[in-house]
Amino acid sequence: MAFVSSGYNPDKPMENRISDIGPRKYDEFYPEVIKNNKGKWLYHDILEPGILVHVAESGDKIYTIRCGGARLMSTSLINEICDIADKHCDGHLRFTTRNNIEFMVDSEDKVKPLKEDLESRKFAGGSYKFPIGGTGAGITNIVHTQGWIHCHTPATDASGPVKAAMDVLFDDFKSMRLPAHLRVSLACCLNMCGAVHCSDIAILGYHRKPPLLDHEYLDKLCEIPLAIAACPTAAIKPSKVEFKGQEVKSVAVKDDRCMFCGNCYTMCPSMPLADKEGDGIVIMAGGKVSNRISAPKFSKVVVAFLPNEAPRWPQTTTVIKNMVDAYASNANKYERLGEWAERIGWERFFDICELDFTHHLIDDFRDPAYYTWRQTTNFKF
Amino acid sequence: MAKHDTPLLDQLESGPWPSFVSDLKQEAEKRAKNEAGHELQIPVDVVDDLLGILELSFKHGKTHWKHGGIVGVFGYGGGVIGRYCDQPELFPGVAHFHTMRIAQPGAKFYTSDYLRQLTDIWDRRGSGITNMHGSTGDIIFIGTTTPQLEEIYYEISHNMNQDLGGSGSNLRTPADCIGQARCEYACYDTQDLCYNLTMEYQDELHRPAFPYKFKFKFDGCPNGCVAAIARSDMSFIGTWKDDIRIDDEAVKAYVGGEFAPNGGAHADGDWGAFDIQKEIIALCPTGCMKYEDGKLEIDNRECTRCMHCINAMPRALRIGKETGCSILCGAKAPILDGAQMGSLVVPFVEVNADDDYQAIKDVIEPLWDWWMEEGKNRERLGETMKRLGFNALLEATGIAPVPQHVQEPRSNPYIFWKEEEVEGGWTRDIDEFRKDHQR
Ligand code: HEM
Ligand code: HEM
Ligand code: SF4
Ligand code: SF4
Ligand code: SF4
Ligand code: SF4
Repeated sequence: MAFVSSGYNPDKPMENRISDIGPRKYDEFYPEVIKNNKGKWLYHDILEPGILVHVAESGDKIYTIRCGGARLMSTSLINEICDIADKHCDGHLRFTTRNNIEFMVDSEDKVKPLKEDLESRKFAGGSYKFPIGGTGAGITNIVHTQGWIHCHTPATDASGPVKAAMDVLFDDFKSMRLPAHLRVSLACCLNMCGAVHCSDIAILGYHRKPPLLDHEYLDKLCEIPLAIAACPTAAIKPSKVEFKGQEVKSVAVKDDRCMFCGNCYTMCPSMPLADKEGDGIVIMAGGKVSNRISAPKFSKVVVAFLPNEAPRWPQTTTVIKNMVDAYASNANKYERLGEWAERIGWERFFDICELDFTHHLIDDFRDPAYYTWRQTTNFKF
Repeated sequence: MAKHDTPLLDQLESGPWPSFVSDLKQEAEKRAKNEAGHELQIPVDVVDDLLGILELSFKHGKTHWKHGGIVGVFGYGGGVIGRYCDQPELFPGVAHFHTMRIAQPGAKFYTSDYLRQLTDIWDRRGSGITNMHGSTGDIIFIGTTTPQLEEIYYEISHNMNQDLGGSGSNLRTPADCIGQARCEYACYDTQDLCYNLTMEYQDELHRPAFPYKFKFKFDGCPNGCVAAIARSDMSFIGTWKDDIRIDDEAVKAYVGGEFAPNGGAHADGDWGAFDIQKEIIALCPTGCMKYEDGKLEIDNRECTRCMHCINAMPRALRIGKETGCSILCGAKAPILDGAQMGSLVVPFVEVNADDDYQAIKDVIEPLWDWWMEEGKNRERLGETMKRLGFNALLEATGIAPVPQHVQEPRSNPYIFWKEEEVEGGWTRDIDEFRKDHQR
């Protein structure tokens, strides 16, 4: 494996350097019919789950087939997507914000061959490469973060629970039986790179043990002031500790102030906090970002903790599936999960979804907590 | 023959949803065969070792990645996340496993030619594993070694006219919804505004100068498909000022059952015939609609543009013609003081490409100046706003207060009057006072 130079000269990094050029411009990649009709679309219809038609003022139409996909994706699969785009779509395609792949064609007769082609492709293990769905009042792909595949602070995996959950929710990806659309998201620690805090259902990794302290190495590997400054709750103090008869500089953590965020570990590798029993999943529900009918809402914690049960997280997927089914059979048409919960009252939500209410679900974190307590005599038995 | 046994991961190959495990395995085999005859610049078994280390995490219930320290490309403060594994002897292929963020094009439209150029580089110089896409929007190349970072950057910038995205305390790669490219609800050209601002602020994107990260997101309408209102420090959400356009004939077609409501989004539910009173008029949150004698009327002055009626009857109702966007500021995920939704700062601003979006830049720049001046280290804009108050933001940006800024006026009267607001000022003479008031 010989080193092959790109042309970059490490001794003169500025030689021929190109920088600050940004992304490629969007319109280089538009399919022809989009170029021609941009800003002049009249309406759309969902022909069947996963297949949309958009109609322009000119009468032009664009047919879109939306496919779910794992966002963790190999170049082999991307090249296969390119082959499909070349064969059916003049080489064009796009991805949605929720990691779906969209193939677009400009006439109805091209839809069927494309659809059959996509449905015929499976991985060696048997799963679909390009399941079609994710439109309308159903469940689309889960947006998620890195988990055990790449990050250093996750309290759960991302790709694994997502695969397990989408297998369980697959029928609702392929159909549109729900009262409104339902968005599921996953973030593998409370930093929430995926910003899951406004999802109908959020799966959140959560640590429950404060960091371990590797006193022997702490001062050698870390800038102690940076570790202290990283802690959002000021739980870390400098401290001198006895280690093998020697006094070493280290830190002390006030355990009852720790919110298990892992920011200290980001700054200081001698403060790891991952733990098999400690780590697991929080389920949140009832958020939305759309302004439709009611204002955007945050998701609320409805299950304080479920263990990490690799490889298929059965308790997590069961809780989610039950919640989706309860919502499907009880909410009104157009009502999002959170709107339904608010209409019937959260006490009724816990009833219907058969979820236990525990003290963990009562907010006790700083100011906003007070406003979440019930301040009326109107409640349901 | 797989390098490592992966009995736990193997259980994720079954089931209908695309299996990332199967995909990783096919990639591992592709690299082992190397039919393209690449001079692979990082270990051939990198994907085998990725599977191996992930299996170990599944077994241990813990990650095996360590924080990466500072790696990057010359002159940029972001775009690369360093990563090392904590079992390099067992999994040498992923001992060094940094990610690179590649700035995605607007609305993530691609051509196969472009993607093949990327995959070719990534097969030779990286693991061949990606995220399509990361949560902020970039294409993420997962896994390469330090010496390859500059080589990859050189190749994408020289051969593909392509830059890295942002990470760190700087402007993160902005992201937009599909908007006017294919959506009839779009009130402005999200892709063009996103591209314009991305190019204008390249320096802010690549060189950390902010207290913390800063995100722009662009939603073409209040449906919010890129969730701008929830996850960007500054969100640009399309809206309009004039009347919803009504096509009476099409309304009749919905009422008569000719058109399926909501573009057919509820096709598999058992909802019965469309009922305009129940499904539209009664659900309008402002009660500003009525349907009488076969005619739909909207009192547009009272409409808050929630999109419900338009979403439900897209062939009959269209957004107005006098379009622009609202700017909301300060959204963030919960860490630390709790999640924050964006707060409305500019109710309406024109989105005008002809003058290079000056009216929008006139909001962004004073706001940044204020945040860079006042923001503490690692304080998101929303937190600075919370700490110093909404009025401080209005003052800094020169935006006049309007009732649209609040959900409701304050319920405490603790107004911190400023001296110059009070007639006569605060300097008074106690002797003057005493003339009328005994001690
Ligand atoms: C009532 C609320 C909503 C309605 C009626 C709505 C409607 C639409 C429509 C019509 C499109 C199609 C645009 C096109 O591709 O032609 C779309 C796309 C999309 N929507 Fe929504 N949407 C709503 C809320 C949301 C929410 C809350 C999310 C995410 C949290 C979301 C995520 C998406 C995504 C990812 C796309 C693909 C477009 C892209 O990637 O830019 N939508 N939505
Ligand atoms: C204090 C809060 C946060 C911290 C400490 C943090 C830290 C990190 C770290 C360490 C990674 C690297 C993961 C890897 O190994 O690839 C990462 C990735 C990322 N973060 Fe954050 N993050 C925070 C909040 C957020 C938020 C709120 C967003 C977006 C709304 C975000 C967007 C991303 C994105 C897009 C990535 C790339 C990987 C992915 O898509 O999963 N981060 N973040
Ligand atoms: S959510 Fe937490 S664990 Fe997951 S990628 Fe982000 S920082 Fe890492
Ligand atoms: S995990 Fe977070 S809260 Fe706990 S000590 Fe570390 S930085 Fe502080
Ligand atoms: S945010 Fe509005 S304009 Fe943009 S894609 Fe979604 S529905 Fe269309
Ligand atoms: S957009 Fe919303 S508020 Fe306006 S008329 Fe339609 S339903 Fe009513």
